[in-house]
Amino acid sequence: MTKNVVVIGGGASGIEASRRLRDLGYSPVLVEKEDHLGGHLASWNRLFPQMIPAKDILKSLTSDMKGIEVFLNTEVISINRLKDSYVVKFSNGLSAQVKAILITTGFTLFPAQKKQEYGYGIYDRVITNADLEAWFNGNKDKRVTDPQVIGFVHCVGSRDEKAGNRQCSKVCCATAVKQAIEIKEKFPDAVVYCFYMDLRMFGRGYEDMYLKAQKDYGIRFLRGRVSEVSEDINGRLVVKADDTLLGKPVKISMDLLVLMSGMIAPESNMELSKMLKVLPGEDGFFSPANAISNPTLSNRDGVFFAGAATGPKTMPETLSEGRAAALEIDSYLKRVGD
Amino acid sequence: MVNFGYGLTPSSAVKIIEGEDKLYRKLCEMEPDVKKCMACGSCAASCTAGDFTEMNLRKLILSLQRGYYQQALPMVKNCMLCGKCNIVCPRGINTRHLIMSIQKIYNL
Repeated sequence: MTKNVVVIGGGASGIEASRRLRDLGYSPVLVEKEDHLGGHLASWNRLFPQMIPAKDILKSLTSDMKGIEVFLNTEVISINRLKDSYVVKFSNGLSAQVKAILITTGFTLFPAQKKQEYGYGIYDRVITNADLEAWFNGNKDKRVTDPQVIGFVHCVGSRDEKAGNRQCSKVCCATAVKQAIEIKEKFPDAVVYCFYMDLRMFGRGYEDMYLKAQKDYGIRFLRGRVSEVSEDINGRLVVKADDTLLGKPVKISMDLLVLMSGMIAPESNMELSKMLKVLPGEDGFFSPANAISNPTLSNRDGVFFAGAATGPKTMPETLSEGRAAALEIDSYLKRVGD
Repeated sequence: MVNFGYGLTPSSAVKIIEGEDKLYRKLCEMEPDVKKCMACGSCAASCTAGDFTEMNLRKLILSLQRGYYQQALPMVKNCMLCGKCNIVCPRGINTRHLIMSIQKIYNL
């Protein structure tokens, strides 16, 4: 029997788990549907709250991939259960027989155009958090041209039953505060607003980042969900919200509006869950057998989870889970024997 | 009583009625979704009457929950039942129906 393990999803968690499995003496097969590794990390600029460049993290993650079989532009077509192993077929024509499969399929960003009232794809000055990261990375974007007033809309496609996503995406609050600081650094004279419902600054250093945004950068925090965005005759955006703390509706003219698209489960989770016979939760993310005692275990022998496949997570959490899953797979394989 | 030439200003603190108000409980039975409000203010921001009147559904719901409704209820007369709030509510509350139920229960 081979000592192969199939890892589905070449984002941060999948890479980290593969490396650890390799270190433990296994030969991981890392499957990635895109043409590059790194998932969302590959397109991000800096990570909160330490503002560490994403490319540095990715570089150190992928610095030593020896002993890991990486399949790019590849998807899983079928998974068949044999007596005590799985046969996994890939779209590149190859297949693997393994006793353990690790799901690291992560998340996709909510398509902001679905919230039509915010005007993404309709108005020229509405962008998403991902677009802004691309701009920070040096990509040209004519929608970002010397804005005087900038707004960040939290919870776009999160905490929203109408959008089909009731869950909180956890990291967008901190991301919005981070991006607000960063854009203020680029345009020091601009007035920057954050429209939030609750600011979930749960991690170490996040509250300090929020304080810094208020104190050192003068970011204005307005508690109220944006209800609609329109365009005035000069092409400026008119953003409407209820200032819930003041108890009055507000209208603000803006030159740039950044929508904080939330994390949603990839559509492909449905297909994968059918192949593996592990049901995703109502939100589309995979559900561990016991989310508290061990989030890497599924309710099926030999199937493991790590990272945002089981719900929105921060980068350090995702990496830790990748490591935890590698250790868990090692224990499992030692228990069931080769 | 001796008149010292000054008096006490009445307290402006909101007196929250002990326990849940009977009418609000009735409203919850009729419109269980009213408990789902997270006070985001989408309804108030999209309200066609909100710019010109005191109408603010978020504030109204909160006032009813606190049993502090005498001052809040008059705003309901400004609602035109256009239903815009219904479209934007992220918790999927049928706000238009809720307002009609409020009118019914509180005899407006």
